[in-house]
Amino acid sequence: MTKLLDVKNLSVSFGGLKAVNQFEIQIGSQELVGLIGPNGAGKTTVFNLLTGVYTPTEGSILLDGNSLIGKGSNKIVNMGVARTFQNIRLFKNLSVIDNVKIAFQSQMKYSALAAVLRLPSYWKEEKLFEEKALDLLKIFKLENFAYQKACNLPYGEQRKLEIARALATEPKLLLLDEPAAGMNPSETNELMETIRLVKEKFEIAILLIEHDMSLVMGICEKVAVLEYGSIIASGSPEQIQNDPRVIASYLGESD
Amino acid sequence: MNVLKKKIPSYIVNAISVIAIYLIISQLVWIGVINNYYLGIIIVIGINIILSTSLNLTTGFLGQLTLGHAGFMSIGAYASALFSINANLPESIEFYFALLVGGICAAIVGILVGIPALRLRGDYLAIITLGFGEIIRVIILNLDFTGGAKGLFGIPYATNFTNVFFIMLLTIYIIWTVIDSRHGRAIKSIREDEIAAEAAGVPTTYYKLFAFTLGSFFAGIAGGLYSHYILIIDAAKFDFNRSIEILVIVVLGGMGSLTGAILAAVTLTILPEYLREFSEYRMLIYAVILIFAMIFRPKGLLGTSEFSLLKVFQFIKRKVIG
Repeated sequence: MTKLLDVKNLSVSFGGLKAVNQFEIQIGSQELVGLIGPNGAGKTTVFNLLTGVYTPTEGSILLDGNSLIGKGSNKIVNMGVARTFQNIRLFKNLSVIDNVKIAFQSQMKYSALAAVLRLPSYWKEEKLFEEKALDLLKIFKLENFAYQKACNLPYGEQRKLEIARALATEPKLLLLDEPAAGMNPSETNELMETIRLVKEKFEIAILLIEHDMSLVMGICEKVAVLEYGSIIASGSPEQIQNDPRVIASYLGESD
Repeated sequence: MNVLKKKIPSYIVNAISVIAIYLIISQLVWIGVINNYYLGIIIVIGINIILSTSLNLTTGFLGQLTLGHAGFMSIGAYASALFSINANLPESIEFYFALLVGGICAAIVGILVGIPALRLRGDYLAIITLGFGEIIRVIILNLDFTGGAKGLFGIPYATNFTNVFFIMLLTIYIIWTVIDSRHGRAIKSIREDEIAAEAAGVPTTYYKLFAFTLGSFFAGIAGGLYSHYILIIDAAKFDFNRSIEILVIVVLGGMGSLTGAILAAVTLTILPEYLREFSEYRMLIYAVILIFAMIFRPKGLLGTSEFSLLKVFQFIKRKVIG
């Protein structure tokens, strides 16, 4: 399997605190990797480093051989890394379909002048991406909500819309930050199906942070465990479940 | 659903009603129902509509509170006035060149102020733009070629109902078409959630500057119309109060609603004129009306929604038939 994402020696300090220390991960194309660890281990910080929200103090991030270090968030999105947020961040007062269309931004080309003069390029692209957005919403069974405000969606649907919006940027790698947070078991099961479907249909790699172990162990092909900003173990779900260091970090050590 | 087919009927309805409004008002002027006093108010309404719709772009759609809109207006007013006084172009086109010069000067200053200022958010941006407005006023007051405290004289009279009306229409049209496009969606996404906008691939810095500059450009145009109507301009006409007046229009109309801004501009220009009879209590009544509007309609008259004639017609049709 070819390497899509290659992260080496990634570290970041906030003042005296080393939030992430010598973080390493390799993700192959179309691989589903879980990132777990106790609260405060630095999982979301890793996401923020990968998406350009923070600049790492040292280390390298290569996507398909291109460095992501020092690039702005919106550039990294265009290079193929999309994300969702732990606390849902939708454009609440805009319609569901507009949420998706905004993510098509970099694929739409017509200029402001073409919009003002309503040139054929405006109509053509608006029509094309309206259809693309509806197709994407259909995959998530959101097409009936398309023209409603995003804030009126039920919680689970908002999560799905956030994933749909991330997919609209045509990523190679999708980062999901606690997608099952606040969901009941049946919603979590549905989400697992959705993630699996997304991976196969869009042929992308997924890195997900999650505390729900049934979800992580159920769908991830590889799991990495983070503690105090460093990777303490990585491997298949079975290996992780039996790793003494992981058990120690979650349950504490026996004397 | 075909986007084109969905929008065409409303375009037609709006175009017809706009022409109708123009014809009705110009006929009323012709037969003398609207005298010069009323015509003056209508011109000021037109200028206020340009100012409030352009401020709505930055404050309503982009969601950045700016308090220096009168500063951009003054740059447009002085630049276009100085152009008209000094240039020797044929009369018919000179005015439009002057307006363009005013708009472009305001836009350039908008870019220069916007680059550092838009790195800040919320209260900080408000304070910076407030400071900018005051700086411009003091600079104008102390320069020689602006006439200093005496004011600038000898501006040719060029603003009339027809050109204000059509420039106002053009402004609303341009701002509306920009908002109703991929660019407008990007601008609105920044208002909703800047971090999420960035994560969805929107170049936020570019679009903040884009909206801010476009807003300043139209403020400059409005300034040009104003100086060629009032004929003598001085720095005190563009002070902080003026910026607040425009902001009040936007807030009352609804942040993020163009038709709301238009409605509020009409209301808040006419209201003080009607209250002249109660001269001493004029500003008191004005303030009380605003307070009540904010208590009962905190989102503004129209909130973020737009008034649509087509929907009104469809509603009437439904009522009549069904």
